[in-house]
Amino acid sequence: MQLTQHQQDMLDGKYGKGAAYAMKIQAAIGESFGAERMVPITRAHVALSNQEADLWFAEKMLAGGAKCRVIPTVNPGFCLEFFKNRDMVAPEYADLMQRTHNAYKALGAQLSYNCTPYIDTNVPNYREVIAFSESSATPYANAVWGARTNREGANSALCAAITGCVPEYGLLLDENRKGDILVEIQADVKNDFDYHIIGMLGKKIGEGIPVFTGFPKETITKEALRNLGAQLNTSGAYGMYHIVGVTPEAPDLGTALGGKAPKRTVVITNEDKEAILKEISLEGSRTIDFAMFGCPHFTLEEVKYIAEKLEGKKLKKEMWILTSSHVKEMAVRMGFDRIITDAGGFIVPDSCPDQPCWRHLTGKVGITESPKCAYYPQRRGIHFVIRDLDTCIEAALTGEVK
Amino acid sequence: MGKRFTCHKISEGRAEAQAIVSKDHIMFYLIDPATGTVIEKAHDLEGRSIAHKALIFPGGKGSSVVQADGLYQLNQRENSPAAMIIEHPETVLVSSAIIMEVPMVDRVDPAFYETVKDGDRIVVDADQGIIEILEETEDSK
Repeated sequence: MQLTQHQQDMLDGKYGKGAAYAMKIQAAIGESFGAERMVPITRAHVALSNQEADLWFAEKMLAGGAKCRVIPTVNPGFCLEFFKNRDMVAPEYADLMQRTHNAYKALGAQLSYNCTPYIDTNVPNYREVIAFSESSATPYANAVWGARTNREGANSALCAAITGCVPEYGLLLDENRKGDILVEIQADVKNDFDYHIIGMLGKKIGEGIPVFTGFPKETITKEALRNLGAQLNTSGAYGMYHIVGVTPEAPDLGTALGGKAPKRTVVITNEDKEAILKEISLEGSRTIDFAMFGCPHFTLEEVKYIAEKLEGKKLKKEMWILTSSHVKEMAVRMGFDRIITDAGGFIVPDSCPDQPCWRHLTGKVGITESPKCAYYPQRRGIHFVIRDLDTCIEAALTGEVK
Repeated sequence: MGKRFTCHKISEGRAEAQAIVSKDHIMFYLIDPATGTVIEKAHDLEGRSIAHKALIFPGGKGSSVVQADGLYQLNQRENSPAAMIIEHPETVLVSSAIIMEVPMVDRVDPAFYETVKDGDRIVVDADQGIIEILEETEDSK
């Protein structure tokens, strides 16, 4: 790989050990993918996870004197103030979050703690070269905004923020952005939840770049697209997709496929939706202990929708709605937070379902509309029934799901 | 000498280990760090350990952060795979392998996939770009 003098200097340690280590990792990634050069980025999003590996790596960079050249936004851990004040988190985990906060602050990150930067805090422009990690963020940035990023890991995105560049390969190049799997949606698609479920069909769709046809236009919302990308990367690994007539690099089917025939055609039916829901969800007809939404973070519109459903009512079970701090603030200003709080629910900023702050839910059964929300916390002994949002809200009000 | 096949280096290093073949994509976060056992429901390798094995699999799946943490936790307890042979590398797994210093290769001679059996002892030499299936021994049966 050809490096510029500046990049070579960085690799040689002239800008400190941290920057040199970041460049070394990126050069190795570039070489494994056959990149010929490193190109500058203008944005980054680091999927901070507040897990041991994440902190280990961030502190290692910091110890090497690294500082972000491009200020990245970061993913949620958990809101220290909220969970510490309620004594919901063990001291060692509160300590982990504090150290994560300190490390990223010192590295110069924007402490946004939000997993939907493509809606809230860090929206790229068409053809902008960026480094986005976070599974729902990469496909949104590529497919919906037409920006260019590979499916970075949290570590490689942090390296990119530190060096200010990325190896040029994969989705940064025109020829690799074309679709190669035609996915015909023949299933009913009515709401954002249907996109969650269709996204979970990665095993059926297979490896490649899907080109979707058949989504009814009126159902294609920012929440739907967020859900589709999030779940495609729960059931598989997708950095890019196209929706014919909707996403910017797919004005028509031929362009989306790059003028070639698709390597395969997949038809998605109602039977596929039913089968996958059965596979990933606990069985219904049971009592539930809590409801959780916001994986990825809920938008202001979704918060408003829930608030309208809960106005004047009392929840039988806990309801946790996870959002960005921006959405939380707007919800407070606009009165939605008060309605939801009065009903017995919580809008929690800066937090993720897969964090140690949920220890009181261990062994309990929740309900959520997001398969991703149900998937990761399995490891913490928290299991979910997955249903559409209305059913979830009803379950939190009555304490049971039919 | 056993059968040798060419491959392409992703993450440097060399390891000799028993092969374990997964038809499904791997999510390192749903592998128990204490034992290396795959705990993901309905996974091809559910209930089997990948610790110290040469893991042959199609690719990675799942969120961009948890792969690294899964591999890190395995590493901390010395239960990482000894080497990884992947068909569809992607940045998340590649960067995790490089940072955690687990040898990883791709672009393997297709004949390898027709020859290798679960349980074979193999050598993965990323630096030389060679995978070797060793002669069968009593131990590997």
